[in-house]
Amino acid sequence: MDYRTPLSRVRGLGSAKSGTAHWWMQRVTAVVLIPLSFWLVYFLGLSVTAPYQQTVDWLASPVNAVCIAAWIVAVFYHAALGLQVVIEDYVAAEGPKIISIWVVNLAFLFLAIAALLAVFRVVSIG
Amino acid sequence: MAEFTLPKNSVLIEGKTFKAPVGATHIRRFEVYRWDPESGENPRIDAFELDMDSCGPMVLDAILKIKNEIDSSLTFRRSCREGVCGSCAMTINGKNSLACTKAIDSYSGTIKIYPLPHMPVVKDLVADLTHFYAQYASIKPWIESQTPAPADSERLQSKEDREKLDGLYDCVLCACCSTSCPSYWWNSERYLGPAVLLQAYRWLVDSRDESTGERLDELEDPFKLYRCHTIMNCTDTCPKGLNPAKAIAETKKMLVQRKLG
Ligand code: SF4
Ligand code: SF4
Ligand code: FES
Repeated sequence: MDYRTPLSRVRGLGSAKSGTAHWWMQRVTAVVLIPLSFWLVYFLGLSVTAPYQQTVDWLASPVNAVCIAAWIVAVFYHAALGLQVVIEDYVAAEGPKIISIWVVNLAFLFLAIAALLAVFRVVSIG
Repeated sequence: MAEFTLPKNSVLIEGKTFKAPVGATHIRRFEVYRWDPESGENPRIDAFELDMDSCGPMVLDAILKIKNEIDSSLTFRRSCREGVCGSCAMTINGKNSLACTKAIDSYSGTIKIYPLPHMPVVKDLVADLTHFYAQYASIKPWIESQTPAPADSERLQSKEDREKLDGLYDCVLCACCSTSCPSYWWNSERYLGPAVLLQAYRWLVDSRDESTGERLDELEDPFKLYRCHTIMNCTDTCPKGLNPAKAIAETKKMLVQRKLG
């Protein structure tokens, strides 16, 4: 028999006093990704038909290099934030929830690092 | 936790059919969810064919007619029969509403009536709202101020400040919105849901309240507040025409403002 009152169950461990930054960054990254994604589609469109060296040269220009790096950071950050929300929505058991959130965050972190290193390599080595 | 199928003992079975009296010309069919915790049986759908010539105009009138004339064991909540008490909330043809405010004529064909979705059922159309009410109590729905009330007058409020409560104070806590919200279905243990969040916002914007910061502290939580993904079912279903999704968005805005503003 559980004699806890409904109010005690509702109040539980209290408020985490966080969540605003997560929610806000999801919006910020979404907004940032709009122009960056247009740029990326345009850039990919150009490079599909251009020779390899031409693409490397384009990528090495400061504006394009910053854009691609910003896109990578924003897109993986946005994806990690979003997937965390999906996991919180649908996975109720504490253990699997915490583990899957960690797995998702680490996976996107490593993917972002790998993508940034790849860009760096292409730009500096060619 | 997300549940996409009904547990075995909740699967619906076909129930009894009650024919309209011989000679009735204006007949409407009502299919009503029935479940009796003491019977040990699965819930069933009973069909009632009613003679509309001897029935009031609202869905609640039909339910009352069933109870009075056909099956007195039909169990439901109702009190005011004019949309101010919030007790007759149920799902009518797939949409949560107050049975006393919905005209039978506004539906065509069979009218299907179920208890509010994704809540434990007490009996028939009565959902167990214990947890919902506890969530309401948890937001401290009363004025909290340090300044003592003036000795010889009320706590005053300008007309403009009073107007900020319009569309909020009118909520009758019927739970139609919360029980239509998928986020509330999956996470109601922790997510407060649109009704309670609208009520929380009602106190956040009350110019006489002095605890806005503490109230925001209590709400700032990935589960209590941020399960709202602006799906808008709440606003779509509210039988009082209120906009809980907007109240939630305004609350999130206040939190961002507090952080960055
Ligand atoms: S906001 Fe509307 S639907 Fe929700 S509890 Fe209040 S009156 Fe009912
Ligand atoms: S807007 Fe928010 S509270 Fe309303 S139904 Fe959607 S998720 Fe639920
Ligand atoms: S009976 Fe009061 S709202 Fe319907």
